[in-house]
Amino acid sequence: MLGFLLTVIRRDLLLAARRRGDWLTAQFFFVMVVSLFPLGIGPEPELLKRIAPGVVWVAATLASLLSLPRLFADDHRDGSLEQMLLSPEPAVLLALGKAVAHWLIYGIPLLIVAPVLGIQFALPAEAIGVLVLSLALGTPILSLLGAVGAALTLGLRGGGVLLTLLILPLYVPALIFGAGAVDAMLAGTGAEANLSLLGAFFVLSLIVAPWISAAALRVSME
Amino acid sequence: MDSPPVLSAHDLACARGDRSLFVGMHFALAAGELLMVQGGNGQGKTSLLRLLTGLSSPAAGEVQWRGRAIGQTRETFHRDMAYLGHANGIKEDLTPVENLRFQAGLSGHAFDEPLAESTLRKLGLARCLDLPARVLSFGQRRRVALAGLLTAGALLWILDEPLTGLDVHGVALVESILRDHLNRGGLVVMTTHQALTLDGVAVRTLQVGRQEDA
Repeated sequence: MLGFLLTVIRRDLLLAARRRGDWLTAQFFFVMVVSLFPLGIGPEPELLKRIAPGVVWVAATLASLLSLPRLFADDHRDGSLEQMLLSPEPAVLLALGKAVAHWLIYGIPLLIVAPVLGIQFALPAEAIGVLVLSLALGTPILSLLGAVGAALTLGLRGGGVLLTLLILPLYVPALIFGAGAVDAMLAGTGAEANLSLLGAFFVLSLIVAPWISAAALRVSME
Repeated sequence: MDSPPVLSAHDLACARGDRSLFVGMHFALAAGELLMVQGGNGQGKTSLLRLLTGLSSPAAGEVQWRGRAIGQTRETFHRDMAYLGHANGIKEDLTPVENLRFQAGLSGHAFDEPLAESTLRKLGLARCLDLPARVLSFGQRRRVALAGLLTAGALLWILDEPLTGLDVHGVALVESILRDHLNRGGLVVMTTHQALTLDGVAVRTLQVGRQEDA
């Protein structure tokens, strides 16, 4: 079972490595959007500090939406998705493996550039730490829930737009607690409460989301 | 029939939307037998094959594998079954050998690299082993998919138009592969619009849809 999960992850990472241009767009989009705000608003440290958590988090959700439509679509088109669903291993592991691979490809680079972007917004060091922590807990939620949306909209025309409408509302709790954690840190009340809620939401989506994705994948095969 | 059926369909019905493709379909297939599904375009051949794989579920009736509904014995059934559909299931960015390696990993058995390479060679892909599948021709990709079928070591093959894109040698190769598989006691359910010469093996035919249109 673990072998199957690791094979799914390794396969997606290898495919991503063979097609760097395809997945780097999401990361560049994230960096560009976040960098546009200081340029547009001007060098006002207090204002930038106020909006930084929200801007970074909104950009992270949009970047995840940019990379999600292709999560299952390529495998669906060339028939490898049906082959994977015909594996003796349960489809839940397939859905989980795809979400994990998506997070490794899209989430990890975000965590690495986030501190640099934090400096652009004149965030103090401890707030940057909380920002990275909140993204570390939050971006897996985006990948897990996003996989549900990608599976539900598989094979539909205009699936990308539908995916956005379907998934953005589900991202709201992660956005609120993630940005809220950094805000609370800046306000001096401590980020623990928000981070705990974010962690709880992460565990919930880790347990629930793969099952829904798997069911959606099966329906899309009918 | 002497030997007990391994794969059987009982009162199978299939509907696409509100259109009924077929109802009350029965068949039983024993080890070493080939079931040739016949019917014109749009009569439900592919739908039937997808029902048999378990990818979609029938409107009524059930498919049984060794006497148990495939829904209940999904894990065993999928371990014993290999499916080749219209799409090859080949990743364009991977080489044929890598494709076979992941296919083995995903279906949960150990990858035998020498066997995979010799199978690819046997299928006439000796010069393409290190090339990404993207640069292969349509027929060559079909051959990679067939190599996947051979290395999967499954008992039941479900093949949807396996001859599409293959040249004359390819068709002859498929004929010999099918004969070997059946002689080893394997089962095949397939569709094709081309003529196949399969002497010496048990071939049953099944008509899907209305006969007069076929």
